[in-house]
Amino acid sequence: MNARLSPAPDDSLLDVCGVRKTFPRESGELLVLDDVNLRVTEGEIVGLLGRSGSGKSTLLRIIAGLTAATSGTVSFAGMPVDRPMPGISMVFQSFALFPWLTVRENVELGLQAQGLPRDEIQRRSDAAIELIGLAGFEGAYPRELSGGMRQRVGVARALVVHPRILLMDEPFSALDVLTAETLRTDFLELWGEGQLSIGAVILVTHNIEEAVQMCDRICVFGTNPGRILSTLAISLPRPRDRQDPMFRALVERIYVEMTARDRGVPSARHDRFAGSGIGTILPRVSSNALSGLIETVAAPPFGGRADMPEIARTLQFEIDDLFPVAETLQMLRFAEVEGGDIRLTEAGLAFAGASLEERKTLFERHLLNFVPLAAHIRRVLEERASHRAPKSRFLDELEDYMSPDAAEQTIRAVVSLGRYAEAFEYDDELGSFELAS
Amino acid sequence: MTNTSTRSFPATGRLASSAADVVAILLVLGLLGLLASGSRGMLGSLATLEQHPVSLDPSGLPEYAIRTTLRMLAALLLSLVFTFTYATWAAKSPRAGRILLPLLDILQSVPILGFISVTVVFFLSLAPDRVLGAEFAAVFAIFTSQAWNMAFSFYQSLRTVPTELDEAARSFGLSAWGRFWRLEVPFAMPPLVWNMMMSMSGAWFFVVAAEAISVGNTTVTLPGMGAYIATAIQEQNLTAVGRAILTMLGVILLYDQLLFRPLVAWASRFRFDQEPGVVTPRSWVLDALTHSVILQRAWRALRRSARRASAIVRPAGPRSRIRGVTSAGRLDRTATALVGITVGVSTFEALRMLAPGLTLRDLAEVLSLGAVTALRVTILIALASLVWVPAGVLIGINPRAARVAQPIAQFMAAFPANLLFPLAVYGIVHWQLNPDIWLSPLMILGTQWYILFNVIAGASTIPAEMRLVSRNLGVRGWLWWSRVALPAVFPFYVTGAVTASGGSWNASIVAEVASWGQRRVEATGLGAYIARATEDGHFHHLLLGVATMSLMVLAINRLVWRRLYALAERKYRLS
Repeated sequence: MNARLSPAPDDSLLDVCGVRKTFPRESGELLVLDDVNLRVTEGEIVGLLGRSGSGKSTLLRIIAGLTAATSGTVSFAGMPVDRPMPGISMVFQSFALFPWLTVRENVELGLQAQGLPRDEIQRRSDAAIELIGLAGFEGAYPRELSGGMRQRVGVARALVVHPRILLMDEPFSALDVLTAETLRTDFLELWGEGQLSIGAVILVTHNIEEAVQMCDRICVFGTNPGRILSTLAISLPRPRDRQDPMFRALVERIYVEMTARDRGVPSARHDRFAGSGIGTILPRVSSNALSGLIETVAAPPFGGRADMPEIARTLQFEIDDLFPVAETLQMLRFAEVEGGDIRLTEAGLAFAGASLEERKTLFERHLLNFVPLAAHIRRVLEERASHRAPKSRFLDELEDYMSPDAAEQTIRAVVSLGRYAEAFEYDDELGSFELAS
Repeated sequence: MTNTSTRSFPATGRLASSAADVVAILLVLGLLGLLASGSRGMLGSLATLEQHPVSLDPSGLPEYAIRTTLRMLAALLLSLVFTFTYATWAAKSPRAGRILLPLLDILQSVPILGFISVTVVFFLSLAPDRVLGAEFAAVFAIFTSQAWNMAFSFYQSLRTVPTELDEAARSFGLSAWGRFWRLEVPFAMPPLVWNMMMSMSGAWFFVVAAEAISVGNTTVTLPGMGAYIATAIQEQNLTAVGRAILTMLGVILLYDQLLFRPLVAWASRFRFDQEPGVVTPRSWVLDALTHSVILQRAWRALRRSARRASAIVRPAGPRSRIRGVTSAGRLDRTATALVGITVGVSTFEALRMLAPGLTLRDLAEVLSLGAVTALRVTILIALASLVWVPAGVLIGINPRAARVAQPIAQFMAAFPANLLFPLAVYGIVHWQLNPDIWLSPLMILGTQWYILFNVIAGASTIPAEMRLVSRNLGVRGWLWWSRVALPAVFPFYVTGAVTASGGSWNASIVAEVASWGQRRVEATGLGAYIARATEDGHFHHLLLGVATMSLMVLAINRLVWRRLYALAERKYRLS
């Protein structure tokens, strides 16, 4: 191939070079990953941090050899990754345990696939089960276990094949806060003591604090298309304390990073050609979340301006919950988001202090002034004698600018906003918009 | 449409809705026409049937197809009425349920053609010398092939209505009647529609048999596709058989497009899981009906007057009482006792009638014939599983293949395989094959598809992450089949195999005896025994055969399938 065939000059385990991934769509193709470069070396935990839809899980699957990249290369220990590699194993978000196999059988599956002798399988699975804290549960079926124990099985199953690289796809996000924390510290402890005998870990997460707590290096992903925005090295000593000012400063810095460069509403790339602006992809957020966030930011201790990480902690929001709400408020000119802060505009403050009726009036005005699609729908309904229009009509228009999925999501979002503002009604059975009577 | 911003989309909405109007009105008018032309002949006398025997002229086919279709529809309505009453009663009264459910289980295992033979005389006597009586018999026969599993499904749904929804409905003061229509029926709708489709598939098979009824000296041939086929077989007219097969293909396709697809699309709105983004089934017919402005107005007017009417009728009674002992309890106890007595008396009557005319040798003969048929069904299910389980898995894990294959398999299951029997008999006679072996495949010809499409459905629901993990761990070959694929489809396979096995037992009565013109091919088995007893009008043997088959099916269900099902639910269900 190229010079990389000669022994690598450093201790690099994995090299990702110019990886690009597109999915075919009816009209052209959808770019989900663009020009991703990543090098993972012996002994580090690398975090891939980003919002849903930033392609980080897709990248993980490409690294695992489960999906092929459209272009670019991935090489593992000098060999190109073009199929599932024996030295790379994976832990899944949903645990992906086989319900008809016991804990032991689940753990042994990978060893059996390698055709190892019976006693070797027994020895290694015993060791992994013991190490991960599953001793005594060998004969249990997954349905008998709590979520935390299930994910321990997932980790044991991945470790027992002695991988060089462990891939973890949001491994703790399906668990409750307390259980997730226990599993994280247990894992870090074993890692710190060198008991895991793996070379490196790649962790996909959308939880900023988790990334700062676990990783030596964090790649922050942006959306549309998915790409690495920046890379941060975390050199805090372990075990890391979440209350440590250094820790907090890093979390704050990542928030700034994610709101500054990738700021604004994720929009279709043809946006600037559309002119009308109706081709903007709208995130689905509930009106309760919108008014809830305005109220929280307006109230003490924030008083109209709040630090995003702090807001996230106050509301127990993940970034996937918080960012779409904040962006929608920004689009509606109720708030400004920058530098990791959210600041209410005058209209936002007025909204917070208004009665329900006044809120609706204010919301309707902002919706029709600042969301072109809502204004467009309202105009069409007013012009028609029947004051009705089918959803398909607007869907067709949107599909000129975005994928069918995104168009469907955008219509649902605008329906939700329009209903709250009482700007128009929508009959789901008929699939038609109507003017509010 | 004057504004520039909307000029690029000239009135598409209005055009679409007037097109919908046209389609909808054509559909409604067409349906009315069908009803009128199909029901014309029903009030005539039986003599007119004999004067106008079924002709093999292709010009008669559309009318025959319509008459058959209407019989199916009538039976389906009857099944719905049965479902709403019987299953509701069984679900609401635990005491009645204790009798009604096992009874339903027994009814389900009675071979459907057994019902025809036993009941035709009764129905003919209801309206002597009238076609109507024979129509009743045929519709009842079809009803028996549809009703039981619908009732079971409805019962299941009624028992699993979420407690909170029920409590909410009660706290808003909905009467039992209101709760039934506003909560329970909508909640039960999706599985009920699915079961209606399954019922219909089975019914196509038996409508062919139900239209040409011959019990002893009584022979009634109702004009319809079944009679057409029977005549074609008698006259050894292969072209006519081919024409009938093509017509049936068309009829089933139309039924699917005009009735079931709209029903499925409509029922999907009652699905309880409120997950957004699930692909909802669509139907062009339903779209036309809902988008038609004229129909919408008519529908609204109809609903308004229905509301007004029900407001008058409905007594302004008190809110439903707390569950517990009420005056309804006494009524319920009486009704339950009545059912119990009826079952007891009829069993006693049957035994009393059977006992004198039968010897122990008869019993031994029937049991050994039953064993032969059981062996045949077992071997056939095993063979079909060997072929269709791997095929279904391979198709199911490939979404594109599954999308193509799934409707085909469902269609094959709906197609009445007995239409193809004449071809088989022709072959057996021609090459002088052993009927004990070569008639057997006919039993599973129509039912094997249940295994295939259930396995496809199962394989396509294996979660993506579970497939990825086996690839990640390098699980391949036999290890993959034994540890991943086969366990994953097991619950679906059991569902399919239960249906296939029950269907094959049912089919044995038709499949173990087949004829082509005067030539008759017969295999050894309980099905052939029942068929022969029916033809000879040998009532004792008929009843004994039907009872034995019912008991054997019941026993196999209890001993084999129910256990496998419980195992599948417990161990192999992907939650």
